[in-house]
Amino acid sequence: MEKYLDILEIAIYGSAVALILIGLYGALTKKSLIKIVLGLSIMDSGIHLMMIALGYLKGGTAPIFSKGFENSADQMVDPIPQALVLTAIVIGFGVTAVALSLVIRLYRHHDTLRIDEIKNLKW
Amino acid sequence: MIFLITVLLILLLMVGAAIYAIVQKDLLFAVIASGVISLILSILFLILQAPDVALTEAAIGVALTTIIFIITIRNTVRYEDERNKKKKQKNVKKLAK
Amino acid sequence: MKKYIVLGLLAVLGYYLMSIFLLVDFGLPHFAHGVKDVYLSSSKNILKVSNAVTAIVVNFRGFDTLGEVTVLFLSATAMSGILYKKRHDIGERSILFPASSIIRSGAKMLFPSITLLGIYVFIHGHLSPGGGFQGGTIIATGFLLMLLTYQNYSVSHNRLVWVESVAGMLFVIIGLAGYFMKGSFLENVLPVGELNDLFSGGVIGIIYVLVGFKVAAELIGIIYTILHEKG
Repeated sequence: MEKYLDILEIAIYGSAVALILIGLYGALTKKSLIKIVLGLSIMDSGIHLMMIALGYLKGGTAPIFSKGFENSADQMVDPIPQALVLTAIVIGFGVTAVALSLVIRLYRHHDTLRIDEIKNLKW
Repeated sequence: MIFLITVLLILLLMVGAAIYAIVQKDLLFAVIASGVISLILSILFLILQAPDVALTEAAIGVALTTIIFIITIRNTVRYEDERNKKKKQKNVKKLAK
Repeated sequence: MKKYIVLGLLAVLGYYLMSIFLLVDFGLPHFAHGVKDVYLSSSKNILKVSNAVTAIVVNFRGFDTLGEVTVLFLSATAMSGILYKKRHDIGERSILFPASSIIRSGAKMLFPSITLLGIYVFIHGHLSPGGGFQGGTIIATGFLLMLLTYQNYSVSHNRLVWVESVAGMLFVIIGLAGYFMKGSFLENVLPVGELNDLFSGGVIGIIYVLVGFKVAAELIGIIYTILHEKG
């Protein structure tokens, strides 16, 4: 049983870190502006997975006191990261929308999306 | 045991979709791959006992974010290296008439 | 060359992130009597709300939620400011080609049930998974379906502004009522009722319905703005 949890721990934390790193790689090296915004949104997903995984409890139930679960507060997973991630997802959508409208505006002005052709911004 | 194997497969698929989304030159395919990431993420949230977050992720990450990226691609360019840009714009104008 | 520098940097970052997070045991309780227990017990005993996440989002961190809907409103406003065009340049049509008749009749059939599902989700936000943010997003998805299917489907911008500002104002008024009657902003002023009852939790259900309307109006505004943009 211990080994089971260890494998799951490495897999879930590892894939969350992998999502963060892949998104950061895309945002740092890609030239297309849409790719950069996509990388940032992938990074966001990795952070959400990480925060939810931190609050997980083995064999836990969702933090809802429905009928029959009124007295099982000890076995519930942590509700605080869930509330934080709920907020973060909606805010992330707002940020993505504003970033993409800036991208459209830049395209209308420069007629290209390659960031090295707009001005030598990227190294 | 079956549960463990399923979770591992799902995680592998998610990381693969993330790598595909970054490597792919066609932005439309990359955006669809990022939608796949959000879908798998919402299943994972359900497994990790967070149904509220799973609902939010399924609605926002899969539907709205993907659509907003696709509309941006429609208004700008489809390929990362911007080949066939002129030709594609002419085609869209011809079809719109 | 640049790629290898970035990869090296990411490897270092990944090593440190993994070594930090592997110290936190997965699936084991980290704190014996942490803030989690306080929130769970007061959500069940004092507020009588079944869904603890709703209790945290709307009551314990209600001020945070007010800031969040404000940020969403600001992002919708900023988008229409960034994508501003002169009046006669705005595209009349949201899509270039009309959808096929199968999709059109299917969308017409699905739209009321999607809206009904959204309303159900945000009314029962304190009893089951869901709430204002999820329900508002589901309603916005229904409008997105209609906008993508019909060429001339239009949403009245005035009505959206009205829904959004009335919902926001009522949110603040309920918060101020808590301040004047109980002493702190967003304090519960109504009777709490019984656990697992539709009319339980005092102001929490009302606030989540208001958040649902506000989020739906803002997201429809964002979609409408970006969909009527012609590059």
